[in-house]
Amino acid sequence: MSTVAARIHAHKRQIVLAHGGGGQMTDELVRDLMLPRLTNDALARLGDAAVLDVGGVQLAFTTDSSVVHPLEFPGGDIGRLAISGAVNDLAVCGAEARWISLGLILEEGLSTEVLRRVVDSIAATAAEAGVEVATGDTKVVARGQADGLYVNTSGIGVVRPGLRLGFEFVQPGDVVLLSGTIADHGMAVMLQREDQSALRSQLESDVAPINRLIRLLIEAAPDVRFMRDPTRGGLAGVLADLAERTGFRVEVDEELIPMRKATLYACEMLGIDPLDVANEGKVLAVVPPEQAEAAVEAMRSHERGREAAAIGRIGEERDGVCVLTTDVGGQRVIQKPYGEQLPRIC
Amino acid sequence: MSTLRQRMSALLAVLNAEADRLDRPVNLMEVCGTHTVAACRSGIHALMPNNVRLLSGPGCPVCVTAQRYIDALVRLGARADVTLATYGDMVRVAGEGGSLELARSNGADVRVVTSTIEAVDIAQREPQRQVVFAAVGFETTAPASAACVLEAQRRGLTNFAILPCHKLVIPAMRTLLDDPQTRIDGFLCPGHVSVVIGSAVYDEIVARYNRPCVVGGFEALQMMESVLALVRQLVAMQGGARARNENLYPQVVRAQGNPHARALIDRVFAPGDSAWRALGVMEDSGLDLREEFADFDAFRRFGIVLGDDREPPGCRCGEVITGRCEPNDCKLFGTVCTPIYPVGPCMVSSEGACQAWFKYRRARMKISAPRREEVTA
Repeated sequence: MSTVAARIHAHKRQIVLAHGGGGQMTDELVRDLMLPRLTNDALARLGDAAVLDVGGVQLAFTTDSSVVHPLEFPGGDIGRLAISGAVNDLAVCGAEARWISLGLILEEGLSTEVLRRVVDSIAATAAEAGVEVATGDTKVVARGQADGLYVNTSGIGVVRPGLRLGFEFVQPGDVVLLSGTIADHGMAVMLQREDQSALRSQLESDVAPINRLIRLLIEAAPDVRFMRDPTRGGLAGVLADLAERTGFRVEVDEELIPMRKATLYACEMLGIDPLDVANEGKVLAVVPPEQAEAAVEAMRSHERGREAAAIGRIGEERDGVCVLTTDVGGQRVIQKPYGEQLPRIC
Repeated sequence: MSTLRQRMSALLAVLNAEADRLDRPVNLMEVCGTHTVAACRSGIHALMPNNVRLLSGPGCPVCVTAQRYIDALVRLGARADVTLATYGDMVRVAGEGGSLELARSNGADVRVVTSTIEAVDIAQREPQRQVVFAAVGFETTAPASAACVLEAQRRGLTNFAILPCHKLVIPAMRTLLDDPQTRIDGFLCPGHVSVVIGSAVYDEIVARYNRPCVVGGFEALQMMESVLALVRQLVAMQGGARARNENLYPQVVRAQGNPHARALIDRVFAPGDSAWRALGVMEDSGLDLREEFADFDAFRRFGIVLGDDREPPGCRCGEVITGRCEPNDCKLFGTVCTPIYPVGPCMVSSEGACQAWFKYRRARMKISAPRREEVTA
């Protein structure tokens, strides 16, 4: 085996942190290791949630694990993250989230005070989203065998009838919308871990259930073609996927992408591309041009969508590439990040 | 149209007019990896005049680090009593014995730090561990390495050391210009390094090789202004003028640099021979710990001898960082070598030319540049 092949082989032999980054390496793991062993029609679509037909009713079913470190960060905590993750995954599939399961893995020694705060936050977030925690499970592992607390949630929701959501419905001329500023969650958590106290105080995670905002969006744009919450892998991951899976060129304008100044500074300081950074309370949607304005207005009427904007469009060219016009008028490609430099962001 | 775009458009009108006066295509080298990334990220290659080409230089710290150093780190990491502290970029670079990422996955204690003092703190917190900081980078990071050695000494730590592999930028520029194979018409000098070493150091390059040097900032507009300054000089040189050393970044870069940072480097390190990827061993191109700080030298403490480099077959990183080829001239680029499974260091480092090209320009993809009329209008 050549040296090059040997190196690649060595990387495939064991899990590295980047496999969990939600980027190209995660994709590869799912494609090469999971799918061949587990495949079925529901899983093969690889949506944010599986859509299942149960006696004529369409149910959406999703699961999500939260391993964020630290457990509490500006703007949220692991509990709020876990509920929001499941609710939002269902919402972007056009489903109304109804029931959530809660699996807790606790490390010996975890303070019950911290646990109480996290569970209070779970309750508050569930109420905000209008969902019930319908079932749960608790396990404890010995000290050192986990890091404080991990949370797994699954969610079941009922899909709204009449929606036609998916890459296959996206057409040239459609408009790409974003519900607000990017990179706030990832940077808030990262700075909480770094010694950057001056900047830290200005950053807050956007973690929130946005099912109500998405409902407003759907009502204003009933022909919405595609939705996705840009979590791990960031906006770049979703845009690159959108281009690749539709086969069209996606054209985005950097100036139109909402960003907070403090977040942008933090990204620049740490040398991180804000497009790659995780969000936990945002939605990217593709809508037909005649419904775009109403959709933006509808999102802006919700407190979590005040800065919603149209950031680009689906182009005519069929090269499956997302092209960004930069703030100075240059052009570059947007690609899916390969993996994460900083793990355990969500 | 936004002001940024208006300003760039106005600048391009001037640059295009000036570039029309050049009697041949020219190659300008951005020495610094941060410039490479900034150029790719802002997409300014699509805006450049046809006869002006920007080449990447040897300014990415990870990319110039010889493979033998990576191998030494990986071997050191295999020791049960050693904790390696490193900047994040080094983690994925593979030597012959794999990368630190793989070593970590195999049980080595590798910790990513964002400041050198963090590494010292680890040593203090965990006195049973031997903590070794991988001290890489140019004059930009050398002061921080010096500071951590002094801090470890002040705290009386005996379980802290650095594995020094710092590089100096001027010897590299000299070596590039001495090589008849490299064709560089002017340098966009590294901004961050210049903050430390000052802009006056480029006088030597200008005088000895008659190549214009411009120190400039990292914003796309600032970079394009630097390109314009270089093109203007090259046009003037066609009429017989000599190259000049220009500083367009005077608010940040002083002629003499940062005396405090320079003194810090000087206090702890002395210039010594150093092995560079692709450029080989260059005299006085690195920094060795002074005798007084020998106790903090991991080479001595662990008896490390650097071996030889065996570059991965087909990898052209060495040519990329010397401006002899562009990333997509390499057959491995974007095919075998991608950011997921990088073969060479230029694809590993976030400041590497190959990764920047792959990420922002993609293999052989054509993005149509805005038509010239639009830009100059």
